[in-house]
Parts: sequence; structure tokens; C-alpha cells
Amino acid sequence: MAKMNMLHAINSALDITMDEHPQACIFGEDVGYFGGVFRATSGLQEKYGKHRVFNTPLTEQGILGFANGLAAFGAPALAEIQFADYIFPAFDQIVNEAAKFRYRSGNEFNVGNLTIRTPYGGGIAGGLYHSQSPEAYFAHTPGLKVVVPRNPYQAKGLLRAAIKDDNPVIFFEPKRLYRASTGEVPEEDYSIELGTAEVVQEGTDITLLAWGAQMEIIEAAAQQASEQGISCEVIDLRSILPWDVETIAKSVIKTGRLIVSHEAPITNGFGAEIAATIQQACFLHLESPILRVCGLDTPYPLALEKEYVPDALKVLAAIKQSMDF
Amino acid sequence: MSNPNNVSLNINHALEFIDGQALNIPTLSILTEDGDIHPSATAPDISKHTAIKLYETMRFIRLLDERMQGAQRQGRVSFYMQCLGEEAAVTASAAALDQDDMIMAQYREQAALHYRGFTLDQFMNQMFSNELDLGKGRQMPIHYGSKALNYMTISSPLGTQIPQATGYAYGQKIKHIDAKTGELASTIDNVTICYFGEGAASEGDFHAGLNMAAVHRAPVIFFARNNGYAISTPADEQFKGDGIASRGVGYGIKTIRVDGTDALAVYAATKKAREIASTQGEPVLIESIAYRLGAHSTSDDPSGYRSKDEEANNQTCPIDKFRKWLVKQDWLNEEDDIKAKESIREEILAALKRAEVVAKPALEELVSDVYDTPIPLLQRQYEQLKEHIKQHPNAYPVTAGRIK
Repeated sequence: MAKMNMLHAINSALDITMDEHPQACIFGEDVGYFGGVFRATSGLQEKYGKHRVFNTPLTEQGILGFANGLAAFGAPALAEIQFADYIFPAFDQIVNEAAKFRYRSGNEFNVGNLTIRTPYGGGIAGGLYHSQSPEAYFAHTPGLKVVVPRNPYQAKGLLRAAIKDDNPVIFFEPKRLYRASTGEVPEEDYSIELGTAEVVQEGTDITLLAWGAQMEIIEAAAQQASEQGISCEVIDLRSILPWDVETIAKSVIKTGRLIVSHEAPITNGFGAEIAATIQQACFLHLESPILRVCGLDTPYPLALEKEYVPDALKVLAAIKQSMDF
Repeated sequence: MSNPNNVSLNINHALEFIDGQALNIPTLSILTEDGDIHPSATAPDISKHTAIKLYETMRFIRLLDERMQGAQRQGRVSFYMQCLGEEAAVTASAAALDQDDMIMAQYREQAALHYRGFTLDQFMNQMFSNELDLGKGRQMPIHYGSKALNYMTISSPLGTQIPQATGYAYGQKIKHIDAKTGELASTIDNVTICYFGEGAASEGDFHAGLNMAAVHRAPVIFFARNNGYAISTPADEQFKGDGIASRGVGYGIKTIRVDGTDALAVYAATKKAREIASTQGEPVLIESIAYRLGAHSTSDDPSGYRSKDEEANNQTCPIDKFRKWLVKQDWLNEEDDIKAKESIREEILAALKRAEVVAKPALEELVSDVYDTPIPLLQRQYEQLKEHIKQHPNAYPVTAGRIK
């Protein structure tokens, strides 16, 4: 074990992969000698050479097109998009190409070797274009897997699982936690199974569900609620696609109440899918309507970020609303 | 270039612009209309075996195209795309490659696939989306693909294969790079060819793919089929520069333009391009000029947007031109050729009749291959669908009788 921040943990997962597979490549904007604008790929070019860890021209669609080709060839393609806000020029290569590669060819070809890493989310005073959480766009696409870690331990284990998974995976990294979140992380290799949620705190009165950076918000709200005598069960979804319906349903059957929280705008956010599925699975067990505490339906703001974000106070208010229903 | 801006700093004290048409790009032509070698040209070194295979492939594709165009008009297949006029461009370029080189095509390159060995029945099974189709009946007719033949499955979105070809070719190169120096240490055993039309070259993926290939030195042969039309949009409404070839220079890529109706010119250019890609470890751009003699697809009617005069002035048949050369070589007997065409027509019709009665894929193929293994939510949807079909078998006759 070693104390690592999330960037160290991600770097360690990449290092293991590069060492394991002689044809694995890491590429993206500024990921080479500089090690990426957040330094996630620090030291890897020196270790594995310019031909395997390299800067690309500024073309997100090119990065993902190149990645699809390299993955189809059979080499682990570890593509970085510098900010999730800039992933949209690559949308066609992800949604129409990567996601459908296996299906459209009848499994003659696939890009299971593809892993896309990209920092997402707010909290760094980034305004409209350095703060977005676009997971729901990709969760609407059969063929992709979408994963979001909440801390360094989770980041390394989930990233290794994403890389080894034989399907294209988008790995959203909560940039606000890159350095802020630290913890004990094994230096050796390990994986955390994709598609499984984790109950991080057991409780009896209400279930709180989130993923990534939003986990520390709902954990704070749960703490404040417990001071008022409300017992919260806190769950990290971890994988958006595929998502672990069973673990969530089991919890809601027990507590009778559910709040889902994410930073992305509420309308058509992934919370909507969860609410629809869980009300169907748990209808007769529900004590109150499923609530969503999310971003407003606006672009991500700058000066008014504090008002916009689904903070712990908003989650706590929703907990009370649900309990008082 | 040894300055931070990576440019040639030819300082000039006179205010001058370079003209947008400054390049004077030649077009390689070797064969005359009559099947002779141009007096000042050199015929490429091509074996009799390769030349005959090249001709037979073009002949087969012309006959297949004619029959399937008809089959679409009869309502037997939903859609078809002919290669009319571009047979030499596609076949001769494929003939200049190694069997294990990757082909990443756009959609009109069935001749390259047949050259590799894709059988008549395989073509038919794909077009009839039956259970024997390698693509499991998921894509519209002509979206072929074969791992065994190194022919990447066709994708309808235009130009997406271009940056993918760069990435694929880069993968082919990695093991040949010396890890210490970063330089090419040995000849690259297999390269990638990437076909696309002059219209697709307007997509952002074209720019991304060529620029990245140049920067990362990927051994890919970009083969632009400039056939004059993107469905109905003529090339002069597509770009202002001198064709697609002029752009290669902008990306720092070795470039050549060839007469796409001239099988020998295409063969010679592609052979050389392959040598450059595999020994220098860098991309090459070939622009082939050959008029699209037919419609874009069976859903298109060119009489609405191009004149009879224009069509009459662009009737060069690449197959005929090459056939004349073969006859002059004494490599082809015209009587045998006519007989062969007859029997191929019969084989095509017989294969069509076989494929159209093969069953459609099983229901399971609706959900397989979305992921390597079905995810739980999809598995549940599949179970629900099966139950529904069992309750209403008459409404789903294709699959109802075969549900396990």
C-alpha cells in the first residue's frame, strides 16, 4: 500500500498496462513529455518511449478515430480527451464507430481494446467549458461502457478493469478530486468489477445514490442527516453503463426512499433513467417519490457556480422532503 | 525544419501571395484507350497471373453489379451500389498489395474484396441479410467485411475509416520501431490502404486522419477515388483546390494523381506507394480520377443532375481498356472471355436464388455482439421479447418458430 492521490493512482494503472502489453499506446493532447495538463501521464513517455506515449495534433475526432483503428488492430489504445467538455468533436467516432464496431461486423472486428480517459465535472472555476458532466449522452449508446471513480483506490481498480474489459469504455475522471482525494492504494495490480455498485454506508431510512465527485457531497449530507436522527444508506453507482439495478433496488426495498444526485442538468440526466427503473422495480415499497438533486437545466455557470451545484445542503433538504412526505 | 514554427522561412522582401492553384499536378497515364503503352510511359512489372486475376475480378464485379442493380429493381434486395467506371481504380490498387495488408474501404470497393477471395455466395448472403451473412444480417446491402480477408467491415458514416486507417497502420508499425531510437528498425510487413471518395474528403475525419498519419508517420496508403460526384453534388461544388492531391502536399505527404481508368497506372502507383509506406514508414496519398459511370446508388437517378452530353464525353471503360492490353499480350482469348461472361452470369443468378431462400438470422443475433457478452439489462429485455413473441407468433413469423 502507498498513499496516493487520484492522479498517482491513474498513473499507476496506466504504467501497469504499458508494462504488460508492448503495443499499448497512450496518446492525446499534451500527454507526452509534459505528462498531460493534469499530469496523469507523468513520466510514462520517458519510461516507454515517444512511439508509445505521444502528443497528438489538436483533433478530438482524430484522436478517437486513430484510437478505434489502433484498438481494432489489437493494441490497447489509451486515449485521453483533455476535458470531457471537448469530447463532442469525437462523438461520431465514439457513438457511431466504437460503440457499433462489434455489432455491425457480426463480431468480425471489435474495439474492445479502447479506453477513453477524460476529466469531467465542476468545482475548479472552469465555467461552461471546463466543468461539464456528459455521461448521460454516452449512457444512451448501446455498446459503450461508462465508468466514474470516486477516490484513488477506486480509480486504479476501475481503470484497470476498464482497460482489460473487452468493450470500449469511457472513464470519466472527477478532476476536482485529482489532487484533493488521497488514500491508501495497493502498488500492485488489482481490478474492481465493472457494472457493480458499492454500498459505502449502510442505513435504514433512505437511500442516497451518486457517483464520482458527487459521492463526497451525498456522504456529507448523510452525515448531517444522521445528526438529525435520519439513517442514510449511501451507494456509489461506479458504472453508469451497465448499471447495477439489483443493488439499488435491494437498498430501496429496504429503505423505501431514494434520492439520486448528479452535477449534470436534471432533464434527461442519468438520474431520470434510475428513477424510472427503480419506481418500476420497487413501486409497492416506496414511501415517497424518488427525488433527484442535480444541476439546473442551464449551461454550467461560473460566478454562480455555488448556486448551481447540487450541494450537500440541497441534498439534505431533499432528504427532509422525502422523510416528511 | 529547425525553427519553433516548423516552417520553411524563405524570407521575401516583395509582397506576394502564393496562388491557390499554384501546384501543377500531373496525372500518371500508362495505357492508351486502345490498350497500348503510351510511347513515353513504362509499363509496370506485372505477372500474367496477377494481370489475369485483376481482369477477371473487374469482369466479375461488372457482371455482379449489373445483376444486382436489376435485382434491386425487381425488389429482391433493398439497395445496391455499383462500381461502374471505377473497377480499375479499386481492383488494380488492391492487386498491388499484400494479401495481409488491411483494406479500409468506403462502400464502393467490392472489387477489392473479391480480389482478396470473397466468394459469390458471401456477397449474396450479405446482400440478402440472411443467417449466413458474416455481418449477421445487421447492415444494409454492400456493407461487407471479413476478418479472414483483412477487409474492415464497411460503416455508412462517411470518412470515419480515414483516421481509423491511420491508427490501424500505426499499430502495424509499432513492432518495427526501435524503442531506443524511435526510428524504423525493419521493413513493415503489412500496411493499410484506405479508400474514400472526393466528397468524403470534405469530412473533418479526412483532415484529422491525414494530418495524424503525417505527424505520426503511419504506413497508410490513402486512396482518394475522385469520381466527380458525391451523390448529386459535383466536385466543383465540393472544393475549390486542385482536387484532393493538392491537399497531400499541405499535410507533408508524398502524393500522386493517376488516371483511374488505367489499371496499369493505378497498379504501378500503388505498388510504389506500398514500397514507400513499408520501407519509409510514412503515409502516401493517391488520387484516382475516374468518372462515376453509374448512379450513386439504386436510390439515385443521375439524369436529374448531369447532362447526356457530359455522360457521353466520359464513357471510358476501364475494363475494356485493360482487356485490349491483355489481348495484345496474348494473355486473353476474346472467345473464351465471352463464354466466361455467360457462365458467370448464370452462376450469379444461381447464387442469388440460393441466398434469397436462406433463413434470416435467429432472434439471438438481435442482442449478441452489442457487447462481448450481453449485459444484464439487455439480457432481461431479450427474455421479455422472447415471451412476447411466443404469445404472438403470427406477428413475428421470421423468428417465432425458432425461439428456444
